[in-house]
Amino acid sequence: MLRQLEGSKAIAETVALCRPEVVCAYPISPQTHIIEAIGVKVKEGSLAPCEYINVESEFAAMSVSIGASAAGARAYTATASQGLLFMIEAVYNAAGLGLPIVMTLANRAIGAPINIWNDHSDAMAVRDSGWIQLFAETNQEAADLHVQAFRLAEELSVPVMVCMDGFILTHAVEGVDLMDQATVDRFLPTYEPRQVLDPDDPVSIGAMVGPEAFEEVRYLAHLRQLDALDYIPVIAEEFAALTGRASGGLIHPYRTEDADTVVVALGSVLGTIKDAVDRLRDGGQRVGVLGIASFRPFPIAAVRDALARAHRVIVVEKAFSLGMGGVLATDVSMATLGSSAVLNTVVAGLGGRPIAQHSIETMIEQAIRGELADLTFLDLDEGVIARERARMARTRRSGPFAENVLRDISQTREDRS
Amino acid sequence: MFQVRIHGRGGQGVVTAAELLSVAAFNEGRHAQAFPSFGSERTGAPVVSYCRLDDREIRTREPVMAPDAVIVQDVTLIHQVDLFGGLVEGGYVLINTSRTFEELGLDDLGDRFQSERLMTCPATELAIEHVGRALPNAALLGAFAALTRQVPLDAIGVAIRDRFHGAVGERNFAAATAAFDHVTREMEAATRASTT
Repeated sequence: MLRQLEGSKAIAETVALCRPEVVCAYPISPQTHIIEAIGVKVKEGSLAPCEYINVESEFAAMSVSIGASAAGARAYTATASQGLLFMIEAVYNAAGLGLPIVMTLANRAIGAPINIWNDHSDAMAVRDSGWIQLFAETNQEAADLHVQAFRLAEELSVPVMVCMDGFILTHAVEGVDLMDQATVDRFLPTYEPRQVLDPDDPVSIGAMVGPEAFEEVRYLAHLRQLDALDYIPVIAEEFAALTGRASGGLIHPYRTEDADTVVVALGSVLGTIKDAVDRLRDGGQRVGVLGIASFRPFPIAAVRDALARAHRVIVVEKAFSLGMGGVLATDVSMATLGSSAVLNTVVAGLGGRPIAQHSIETMIEQAIRGELADLTFLDLDEGVIARERARMARTRRSGPFAENVLRDISQTREDRS
Repeated sequence: MFQVRIHGRGGQGVVTAAELLSVAAFNEGRHAQAFPSFGSERTGAPVVSYCRLDDREIRTREPVMAPDAVIVQDVTLIHQVDLFGGLVEGGYVLINTSRTFEELGLDDLGDRFQSERLMTCPATELAIEHVGRALPNAALLGAFAALTRQVPLDAIGVAIRDRFHGAVGERNFAAATAAFDHVTREMEAATRASTT
């Protein structure tokens, strides 16, 4: 049923339809509304049988999820930012053990400096953990991806993280067509674990593995990720046949068929980029967009095909690797290896900085003219940077640079007014 | 697309107002997107929320930077926050106050925008009268409906009752209706004054 509701609420409703048996989470902005709403459902009995377990930290939340999943329960959790970092050891364990936990990541920046707003630093920090990472463009896709995530996770015995932009999606109220129980049940069969802790048929899960087998065990995990590259499009097609919606899959190309320039991105910023591309198309520019729906596994062949015609590829990303540059761009460059296409990396939207359509349009036009630097930070305040660099050069004890920048910005504002 | 920016303070239902407006438009078969300004909301701190209304899918995720309408829930924000920044030519301004634009020191707005689209409404007074609490958001939605005709008052009523059940919903809708009537009367008076 199509309803106008908050993204977090849409996720809670959808997760409940997936019949999780154990939900264990620790609240952190901007994930809180999701787990609050699920907690209410368990408490009032509309989500049953399900145990909602309150714990003292994110590390405990993921550890309980691991235990529940190993005992054969369908397990769900959600977190963001510092919460994800706090559970990171258990995040790696969940993947290494092959436990099909589903987790919502309400993407948020990582401190210091402390910042509650959206970017993709948290998802990128666990890029290599062995979790499948799916990115949602809209709240509709975020909801749909959760249903697909349980199916994918349990079929392959791999945990799946559904990444949705914190606040921008979690707190946005928009139309979402919520599935009904019968449709979800048809799509998502009862969980049949590949391994389970059963007192009647005891096994050991989590043995120490030495040099004689570690590489093989890791390679098997890699192969399962590659299996997901085949399986993700299959379940997305099946989902589309059931709902009529093109949610999920590996990639979402938009107006790329004849595009000379293609902008690649993850998540909700794709909507703004599509509007920018439509405007530039109206002005005669041949521009397209490629949304990456599955970031891990990275669909290198599909991306290569989608970018085969492009002369210029612009990767817009809400995270970067300090001292290096783009994270997504590095992956995209592997897909365009051997092609003559020019690759630009544009870092944007860090710590919740709004990504304006006009900034995107200006940036694409600069790129088309060949005037865009290989690595660009969108809407960067060069003056602030120069002044702080000068302070640091002038004085040994120049002080904490985040606070210096804040003081500088408020001083500049006062001077103007 | 019609874009609305709502200014107020934490605790005044600024975020709820944007959400209710989006639900009202959605119930009318339109596409709508409401979202807060994502600050660390605290009671009394300046808060901004946004709502977009359109007849086709809304894809953009940028904040509303060129609103078609600005709603000011708290008059003490005037001269403190850039309330009217980016407001489009022909845009609407709706301020919660029992005073006039002149009394608020906002005479210059009349030079920049069409005076018949600048409106005040004593929404807090109407809320105290009908709801019993100084929560002006529902009343302002009624005033917004009268001023812009973007959504019918009935749709606002459905959204309010859907969110606040029973007597609370009815009282809030009564406040919205009173504000709708107030603005309608003001607009009729202005039309009479300009034609005579």
